[in-house]
Amino acid sequence: MTESEDVRNEGFDDALDAVAEGEGYYLECSNGHGSLPPRRVCPDCGDTELTEQRLPASGEIDTYTVTHVATPNFADDAPYVVAIADFGPVRLTGQLRGVDPDAVETGQVVGVDVATTETTGERLLVFERR
Amino acid sequence: MPGVRVAGVGVTSFGNAPERTGRDLFGEASAEAFSDAGVDRADVESLYYGNFMGELAEHQGHQGPLMAEAAGIRAPATRYETACASSSAGVRQAVKDIRNGEADVLLVGGAERMTNLGTAGATEALAIAADDLWEVRQGMTFPGAYALMARAYFEQFGGTREDLAEIAVKNHEHALDNEQAQYNSEISVEQVLDAPMVSEPLGLYDSCPISDGAAAAVLVSDEYATDHDVDAPVAITGTGQGGDQLALHDREHLATSPAADEAAAEAYDEAGISAADVDLAEVHDCFTIAEVLAIESLGLYETGEGVDAATRGETAAGGENPVNLSGGLKAKGHPVGATGVGQIADVVKLLRGDHVNSDAVPDADVGVAHNAGGTVASAVVHVMEVRE
Ligand SMILES: [Zn+2]
Repeated sequence: MTESEDVRNEGFDDALDAVAEGEGYYLECSNGHGSLPPRRVCPDCGDTELTEQRLPASGEIDTYTVTHVATPNFADDAPYVVAIADFGPVRLTGQLRGVDPDAVETGQVVGVDVATTETTGERLLVFERR
Repeated sequence: MPGVRVAGVGVTSFGNAPERTGRDLFGEASAEAFSDAGVDRADVESLYYGNFMGELAEHQGHQGPLMAEAAGIRAPATRYETACASSSAGVRQAVKDIRNGEADVLLVGGAERMTNLGTAGATEALAIAADDLWEVRQGMTFPGAYALMARAYFEQFGGTREDLAEIAVKNHEHALDNEQAQYNSEISVEQVLDAPMVSEPLGLYDSCPISDGAAAAVLVSDEYATDHDVDAPVAITGTGQGGDQLALHDREHLATSPAADEAAAEAYDEAGISAADVDLAEVHDCFTIAEVLAIESLGLYETGEGVDAATRGETAAGGENPVNLSGGLKAKGHPVGATGVGQIADVVKLLRGDHVNSDAVPDADVGVAHNAGGTVASAVVHVMEVRE
């Protein structure tokens, strides 16, 4: 663990703080494209008028994987489920917690929260069944 | 516009060589390329060199000048980094320079030292090709990302783990006589299916190995080849590159690789060919599902129809669309910075007739190399043709 990893990532850590408080948001341009912070310009159309919009309370699992071979930072977490969930204006990658890996299916409805990893105690996005 | 010829190629064995430095690996590959080319080192005007994880693997940045030294050339050198597509991006620059008339002789190549990091360390290093904040911190690994794409593909288009296993089996079979390949062993569909899971639905045998290795090529203009009597029957007639959002979740589609579609379209357009003209392809099968995405992007199969091409035997030696006659990344190995030029070296040898598997494609005139970075946020495609 280097010291630089203790320094916050402005925009990203603010977004995680908001998710943890149940007030998650995404960025929306004036043409309605959603994206994740930190950003100064819409990656879809180049618009610079970005506003924070409330993240929908639930998303749907688009795809998932049960990861058995992890990096050292997740060694004690494995096996764990990583999923991409569609929240409408944006998709998020997170770990699905509280579900037997064999019971996961695409299309399942999840909410998003912030938790910590077993291995390092670092924050991460987690999905929970709704 | 001056044409671009591949005067010579050189590749080290890919595999497990944890004690060998990047400079030693590239020294070997480049020496072989010069000897194959019969071109004077003093004529080289620049080196374009690909490497991905040199800082992490051997605490070495600024590798361009170091590798020029290792190759024995006195010329400016620049490192290219587009994750696993790094050295192909360098080739693309070289092709443009020669076409523009700015250079007549260029050295391209790449190297990667990986196995000294161990499996966990190399897995961590490979993961930095993804979005650190929004992907890696959630525990997404490189195999994990392709597993997400594989599941999405199955859901959207169908296909099974057995179909993917057939790809691994085929590529191992192609590498049986390739002494430079990491694996010269036959595997069965059952072995692939029963192997330990890496990231479901991808198991150990769906994944390419972690490899050390280097590859190099000497590229020259048509005019230089003629003036210096260089025997260079293979020309690079098309180069294309495509890009996509870095994070998988930010893309519209999870089961296709539009960056490679763009790269292929551009390269085919330049060469004036269509997918139907392609006699053989070396594609970026870092995971079995990646070969499916690649052959669809190259237009060898319609979107959603490539998954059982290996099951039907069509992409095997002797099939109608031979893919990865070298063994692919799966069996040959994947030293990431070397992979792109390694693919080009295989295509050149297959077209020249001096590859171990040339007998499978005796009449081949057109070969394609498809090299992808990350989850195909970068893709580079080259078309090579025999031009006696
Ligand atoms: Zn926009």
